Amino acid sequence: MISHLTPIADWLVVLPVILGLGGGAVLLMLRRFLRWQPWLALLVLLGVILCDGALLERVLTSGPVAMTMGKWLPPFGISFAVDGMSALFALVSGLVAFGVVLALANEAPEGAVRDGVYPLVLLLMAGVNGAFLTGDLFNLYVWFEVMLIASFGLVAIAGNPIQLDAAVKYGVLNIVGTALFLAALGLLYGQLGTFNMADVIGVAAKADPLTLTATAAVFCLAFGMKAAVFPVNAWLPASYHAPPAPISALMGGVLTKVGVYAILRLLVVLLPVSRELLVPGITAAAVATMLLGPLSAIAETNLRRSIGFLLIGGVGVAITGAVTEGAVFGAVVYVGQSIIAFAALYLVAGLLETATGSFDTRNMGGIYAANSRLSIMFLVLILGIAGVPPFLGFWPKLLLLQGYFADGNWLLVFSLLLNSLLSLIAAARLWSFAFWHPRTEPVVRPRGYAPAILLTGTVLLLGIAPSLLIKAGSVAARDLRDPVRYIATVGLAP
Amino acid sequence: MESVLASLVGLIAAAAIYLILSRALIRVLLGIMLLGNSVILLIFVAGRLTTAVPPIVPKGATVPGGVFANPLPQALILTAIVIGFAMFAFLVVLVFRAYQEMDADNTDHMRLAEPEQQPQPPLEY
Repeated sequence: MISHLTPIADWLVVLPVILGLGGGAVLLMLRRFLRWQPWLALLVLLGVILCDGALLERVLTSGPVAMTMGKWLPPFGISFAVDGMSALFALVSGLVAFGVVLALANEAPEGAVRDGVYPLVLLLMAGVNGAFLTGDLFNLYVWFEVMLIASFGLVAIAGNPIQLDAAVKYGVLNIVGTALFLAALGLLYGQLGTFNMADVIGVAAKADPLTLTATAAVFCLAFGMKAAVFPVNAWLPASYHAPPAPISALMGGVLTKVGVYAILRLLVVLLPVSRELLVPGITAAAVATMLLGPLSAIAETNLRRSIGFLLIGGVGVAITGAVTEGAVFGAVVYVGQSIIAFAALYLVAGLLETATGSFDTRNMGGIYAANSRLSIMFLVLILGIAGVPPFLGFWPKLLLLQGYFADGNWLLVFSLLLNSLLSLIAAARLWSFAFWHPRTEPVVRPRGYAPAILLTGTVLLLGIAPSLLIKAGSVAARDLRDPVRYIATVGLAP
Repeated sequence: MESVLASLVGLIAAAAIYLILSRALIRVLLGIMLLGNSVILLIFVAGRLTTAVPPIVPKGATVPGGVFANPLPQALILTAIVIGFAMFAFLVVLVFRAYQEMDADNTDHMRLAEPEQQPQPPLEY
C-alpha cells in the first residue's frame, strides 16, 4: 500500500486525459449552445497543450514522470508514466487538434456540430493522450478503444453515404485489430502475470523468449493494423478521405502515429529480445510499406487519397525504429514531425478542394496563378514530406540514415532514399496537376486560412530551427534504449 | 482441461475468421461477435484454471486462506465484455444505416468511397 499522498505536481501526468474527458462531457451537456462549442473546445485543448508542454519540459530537465492510481503499489495499481517519446507525441498531437478545431470552427457544416463533432474531437484527444501517457498495457487497450469509438463517430459524422461506406470498412477492420490486441494481452498475461510496462521489462527478460516472441508478433499485427503497415493497410485509403478535411487531418496526423508509438514502445522498450527475433519480419513490412505507399500515391488521382498513400509510406519509415537500435532516435523525431506535417497537408488539401470544387487532381489546376498562399503552403509541406532540405522532413531522415549507417543496414538506407524519391515524384505530380495545369473556371476563395497557416508555420519554423525537436528526440531515444530511469520512476527495482 | 478450452478458443476463432471473410455484412458482424467471445475465453484460460476458493478474505484475517482464484482475469474479461458490447452495438447501427443509405449489405456493392473502374491516372505531367 502507498501511504504517502501523490505530490500535486505529479497529477500533471493525468491532467491532459482528465481535461479531454471532462471537456467532452461538458460540451455534450452544452450541446444546444452551438456557437460556444468551438471556443470551449479550443479552451480545453489549450489546457491540454499547456499540460503536455509542461510535462515535456519536466521530462527534458529531470527525466520521466510517473504516478500510480489509488493506494496500490506500482505493479498492481494502474500507473501513468511519461518519458520523452510520450510527452513529445502528446504535445504535437495537442497542437494538431487545436488547429483542427480552428478549421472546424471555420467550415464545419451545422449538421456535424449538432451531431457533436467538438465533444468527439475532445474525447478522441483524451484517448490519444491516455494511450501516449499510460504505463500499463491493459490501460493502453482501454485508451485505444476510447480513441476508436470517437473516431468511428468522426468518420461517420453528418452521415453522407460515402462516409457511411468508409466508416463500415474502417470500423470492421479496426475492431478486428483491437480483438487481436486483446488476444495478445491475454497471452502476455498468461506468461508474465503483469501488465505494468515497467514491470514487464524486468519479468520478460526472464521468460521463455520463443513464446514471448509469438505473442509479440500478435501485438505487432494488431498495432500494424492501427498504424496501416503494408499488408494490413487497405482500410486507410478506403476511409480517411471520406469525412470533412479537418477530420481527415486529425485522424491522418494523429491516429496512425498511436499505432507506431505502440510498436516502438512494445518492441524497443518492453520486449527487446523478441524485437531481435522479429527483425526480418519488421524489415520486410517496413520496406514494403515505405515503397508501396508512395508508388500508390503516384497512381492516385483523388487528392486526399493520394496524401493517404504518402502517409502510409511515412508509417513505413517510422517503424524502421524497431528494426535497428541506431534508428530509434531518428524514428521518434520522424513521428514527431510527421504528426503535424500530415495534418497540415490534409488541411491544405481541404482548402484546395474548396478552391477548385473538386476532389480529383485532374479537374484542379490553375491555383498557382490564382492563390499564392495555398501554393506556398502546399509546396512547403509537400517538399518537407519528401525530405527536401531545409524543410522539416529532412532532419529526421538524415538522423535515420545516420542510424542505418551506424548499424550497416544498407537495405534500409536504399529503401529510405527510394522512398524519398518516390514521395517527391508523387508530390511533383500533385503539384503539377493541382497548381500548374491550365484552368478556365474561376477559383473560389476558401473561407479561412488561419488553421492551415498555423500548422504550416509551425512546420516551417521547426524546419529552420529543429533543435528543440531533436533534443526531445535524443532524450526520448536514450530512455527508450535504456529504460532504467523509466523503471525507477514508476517505483520498481530494475 | 486447458488444452480442451484452448482448442475451443481456436475453433471459435476459426469460425469467426471464416464469417468475417464473407461478403455479407450480417455474417461479418456475427463473426466479430464470435471473435470477441473467443478472445474473452482466451483471457480466461490464460489466467489459469484452478479449483480454488474465491479470493475473499475471511473475517479476522488479512489474506485469503489456501489457494485462491486469481480475480484479475475476471476483471479484465468484464472490461473487455463491456467495451466489446458498446463497439458491437455501434457497428450494428452503422451497418444498418449503411444498408438504408446504399441499399446493400454486400461489400461488393459498397463502392462509394472507392469507386470501381476508375479511369487510368494520366501518364504525362
